[in-house]
Amino acid sequence: MLEVSNLACSRGDHRLFSGLSFALYPGQIMQIQGANGSGKTSLLRTLCGFITPDEGKISWCGADVCDLDEDYFAQMMYLGHLNAIKDELSALENLRISAGLSGIELSEKDAVAALRRMGLKGRERLPTKVLSQGQRRRVALARLLVNDAPLWILDEPLAALDVGAVALIGELIAEHLARQGMVIFTTHQPLIVAGMEMRSLSLS
Amino acid sequence: MKKLSLLSLLILVVRRDLVLAMRRRADVLTTLIFFVMVVSLFPLGVGPEIDMLRKMAPGVLWVAALLASMLSLGRLFSADYLDGTLEQMLLAPQSLSVLVLGKMASHWMVSGLPLVLLTPVLGLQFDMSVPAIGVLMLTLLLGTPVLSMVGAIGAALTLGLRGGGVLLSLLVLPLCIPVLIFGTGAVQAVTSGLNVSAHLSLMGALLVLALVFTPWVTAQALRISME
Repeated sequence: MLEVSNLACSRGDHRLFSGLSFALYPGQIMQIQGANGSGKTSLLRTLCGFITPDEGKISWCGADVCDLDEDYFAQMMYLGHLNAIKDELSALENLRISAGLSGIELSEKDAVAALRRMGLKGRERLPTKVLSQGQRRRVALARLLVNDAPLWILDEPLAALDVGAVALIGELIAEHLARQGMVIFTTHQPLIVAGMEMRSLSLS
Repeated sequence: MKKLSLLSLLILVVRRDLVLAMRRRADVLTTLIFFVMVVSLFPLGVGPEIDMLRKMAPGVLWVAALLASMLSLGRLFSADYLDGTLEQMLLAPQSLSVLVLGKMASHWMVSGLPLVLLTPVLGLQFDMSVPAIGVLMLTLLLGTPVLSMVGAIGAALTLGLRGGGVLLSLLVLPLCIPVLIFGTGAVQAVTSGLNVSAHLSLMGALLVLALVFTPWVTAQALRISME
C-alpha cells in the first residue's frame, strides 16, 4: 500500500503542489491529471525518490520510503518519459539488461516472448536505432511484462503508441490490477482499463 | 523469476558497457590516439637530446595518461543520463554502488588498460630502459584505475551541467596529484637504482582506498545530480 500524506513539492522557487494526500491500495489504479507544468512528472519522480519532497511523507506498507530505500525500489517499477533503451543494442539485449538492472535474471526465451507480445515479432534482434519511436516505446514497455513489482509508476506510457498498442497496455494494466498490483500513471490520451474503477487526482 | 546476485549484476554492467564501447569504437579510439599524439608531440617540441627525453619520459607519459582519462570521463554517465538508463540504475533494488563499480571497471578496461598496453611502444620513443618501462607500466596499471574511480565522482557531480567537461577536469585533476607523484617517483627511483617497493605500496594503498570509498561516494553524487 502506498500512502502519501501532506506532500509538497517545488521546482526552483515555484511551488507545484502542497498538502497532497492520498492512499493507493492493492488492485487500485490512479490517474494523475493536470495541465502541462502542473507537476505530474514531478509528483511521480517524488514518488520514485528522485526528488526529495519539501514537506510530507511517502510511505510504503507503513514504513517511510526514505528508510526503506532499496527494499522499496524492489517493489516498484518506474517508466519515465525517456525510454532507457540504448540505440546500439538490440531490443532483446535492451530488455534483458534492464531486467538485470532491476535484479531479475531473464532468460532469452522469456524476453523473446515478452517482445512478441508487445508486437515486435521479427524485430527482436535489430538494433533499436532502426526502430520507430512507437516501436522503441514498445521495447521500453515490454519491461512491464517481465517485472513482478507490485507498484507501477508510469509517466505518459501511451506517448507515441498506436491504437492497438494502447489497447494492449490497457489489457496489461488490467491483468496487473487483477494480480493485486497498483498503478499510478499520467496520460493525455484516453486509456480504457476493463472492469476497473479509475481514480483520478487533479493537480492545479 | 530468478533473482540476480551482486556479482552477476557487476558482470552484467561490465559486459553491457564493454559491448556498448565495442559498438561505438570511435569514442575509444579518440582517447587512445589523443594519448599517443600528446606523448609524441613532446620530442618534437623539446628537441631530440636523448638524455633530457629519457628523464622527461615518465612525467610526460603520466600527464598524457591523466589528460586522456579526463577526456573520456565525461562520457562515463552522460549517455546513460540522456537516455534515461541512469534513472533506472538509481532505482536498482540491489546496490547502486555495485552498479557504479561495474561502470568504473569497464571505463578502466576501455580507457585505462589500453594506455598501459601502449606504454612500452611509447617508452621506446623516449629511449627508456627496460626496467624503467616495466615499472612505468606497473605504476600505470595501479594508477589508472584510481583515475577512473576518482574521476567518476567528478563525472557524477558535473552530470548534466553545461561546460561540465572543463569543470570536471578542474575538480578531478588536483585529486589525482598523489597518483602522479608516486607514479613518476617510482620510475625515477628505478632509474637511479633505488628500491621502488615503497612507491608501489603507496599506489596500491591508494587503489584499495579508492576501491572502497569511491563507488559509494559516486552513488551519492549521482543521487544528488538527479534531483
